[in-house]
Amino acid sequence: MNPSRDQILGSIRRSFRRGPLAPEALAACETRLVTHRRNLIPERARTLPPRGQVELFVTMAEAVNATVTRVKDARDVPAAIAEYLARFNLPQRLVRAPDPVLDELPWSGRPLLETRRGVAEDSDLVGVTACFAAIAETGTLMLHSGAAGPTRNNFLPDTHIAVVRGDQVVAAYEDGWDRLRAARGGADGGVAMPRTVNFITGPSRTADIEQKIELGAHGPRRLHIVLVEDGEAS
Amino acid sequence: MKVTSQAFKANARHALGDPNLQKAMTNLRSGFVERRAHAVSQLPEWEALRDEAVAIKKHTLAQLDFYLEEFERRVVANGGKVHWCRDAAEANAAVLAICRGLGARTVTKGKSMIGEEMGVNDYLEANGVTPVETDLGEYIIQIRHEPPSHIIAPAIHLVKEQIAQSFRETHRDLDPARQLKDSRQMCDEARAVLRPRFLAADVGITGANFLVAETGSSIIVTNEGNGDLTQTLPKAHVVLASLEKVVPTLEDAATILRLLARSATGQEFSTYTTVSTGPRRPDDPDGPGEYHVVLLDNGRSALLGGEFEDMLRCIRCAACLNHCPVYQAIGGQSYGWVYPGPMGSVLTPSLIGVDQAGDLPNASTFCGRCEEVCPMKIPLPRMMRHWREREFQRHLPPRAYRLGLAAWAFFARRPALYRVAADWAARMLGYVGRARGRFRALPLAAGWTRTRDLPAPEGRSFMSLWAARQSASRSAQ
Repeated sequence: MNPSRDQILGSIRRSFRRGPLAPEALAACETRLVTHRRNLIPERARTLPPRGQVELFVTMAEAVNATVTRVKDARDVPAAIAEYLARFNLPQRLVRAPDPVLDELPWSGRPLLETRRGVAEDSDLVGVTACFAAIAETGTLMLHSGAAGPTRNNFLPDTHIAVVRGDQVVAAYEDGWDRLRAARGGADGGVAMPRTVNFITGPSRTADIEQKIELGAHGPRRLHIVLVEDGEAS
Repeated sequence: MKVTSQAFKANARHALGDPNLQKAMTNLRSGFVERRAHAVSQLPEWEALRDEAVAIKKHTLAQLDFYLEEFERRVVANGGKVHWCRDAAEANAAVLAICRGLGARTVTKGKSMIGEEMGVNDYLEANGVTPVETDLGEYIIQIRHEPPSHIIAPAIHLVKEQIAQSFRETHRDLDPARQLKDSRQMCDEARAVLRPRFLAADVGITGANFLVAETGSSIIVTNEGNGDLTQTLPKAHVVLASLEKVVPTLEDAATILRLLARSATGQEFSTYTTVSTGPRRPDDPDGPGEYHVVLLDNGRSALLGGEFEDMLRCIRCAACLNHCPVYQAIGGQSYGWVYPGPMGSVLTPSLIGVDQAGDLPNASTFCGRCEEVCPMKIPLPRMMRHWREREFQRHLPPRAYRLGLAAWAFFARRPALYRVAADWAARMLGYVGRARGRFRALPLAAGWTRTRDLPAPEGRSFMSLWAARQSASRSAQ
């Protein structure tokens, strides 16, 4: 039906002087696809207790030019954001992702902070999002698309502010995938993948001109993380 | 893309005399080389991770047909489409058909070496679709109408004054009196110029660092965020990928990702690692309505099972370029096609033919740094040697070179004669050159003496000195 497809697959098999995979090889490969076997994961974060993972996440995120403020309670998030914007002389106006986690925050307690709920436009200078998980190993945020998470909001605004709960911090990328599988398990034991999963480690950067690192190439110039410590697993 | 690999020697001579290029290439060491060394030193499991990554790729390549079919099955299940393409012409036609189907006038592009291999920009432009490169380095070389000189830093051969000049010539609607002195100003200007292009594009084209069979996903790794704006904003996302990009699972991708950024830029992890699976879902507030994977073979399937199969493990990190003394001296454009440096010296003859690119595997000192830093442990020097052998078998090197090698082989196979001849030659040259201690010119040795003096031998060959020493120590016992 598709001559190019058949020819490419045929060429692969000719190179190996074989036909399609033999039953045992086929079964081994099929098993590999559904068991999610882990390879070596560096010790750096894996052996730390949850508290230590949160500390490592903060250290690694700050090492790649993200900034972090900690609050004890989710109700303090709007105030922390307002203070951050004031500190960097940024407008007190933001777009927030249509995420129930953000909807529950007491935005009305900061009447001077103008918020809009929805999809980011080019004119939005500050965007606030939640996140799905945070990876301690490299200080990486894990976000995914969906009704509550427009992807544009992670990239268009000059300043990206992400709200992270302490219990969202995991050791490694593999832990993030396991959480996604648990949250979005498909019928076949696999995962119903969102259209996009974004792993974000610090603000946008480039070194394309004489190897000099500049922040804010096309994505956000600033990445600020508000860490809510009450959600930490003990 | 136009091939100038045949002119490698002339290209290289030109590059050695280009002061801007020579100045720009000095940034390589402080940039990539030192940062990589630091990142590797921070990860005690580095060597073990390399071994695991090699095992993953070997396993996948050995069952490549299975994993590609599984990948396709899951792309389709998620609402996307895979276009199988034997060569660049088929791949270009597939991309154009997608653009035409959407009535596309402009496409934005994330950096893609497969796109360079296809020459997709020229093809689209000739067919009425305007491609806009959005990676800063790639944008710079696009407006200068140059090919990339590095697989992850395409404009590394330029100094900032050249880039400023190109910006002034291209961004004519901006104030001619504006300052463009440093990278910050140029970065801001490119950001401002390209933002409306992102928003206006009908189709977004990216490459792929990985395809994941388990989920039917493509993964791209960027620092600028251009790849994400490219694939999020337009009506369709087109992924250009070659066959060997597929890995079985998300876990396998995670393992190789731990090697990629550290080897490439010396970062612990790239700023944006993006996993894309199919088009926008019914309840998604944004994202492209179509998702296409253009899957290119272009000669790769024929490399499987042979002496160049290991090359298909390459993850395009560019560590071998950054650490290569030849690449450091001449930059990437001298190599004359898409892939420069050691990985290019192996891959280019495989993909476009050794008759076109026979000089490339010879552009190596065999110092072995490339294999040492390769995260996928690809035996690059050995494969360059394979190409040299094939080139020789096919009588491609010039007659004088072949005669010289034949003469050397005649003596090398007769050790006693070789020793006598070498000893005689050393004494002769030592005698003739005794006044100056060096030669500025010598018959048959112009290749050496054109750019440097040949020191005169100081009398006897190593072998005869060694023999004398051995017999002296024997008689002393």
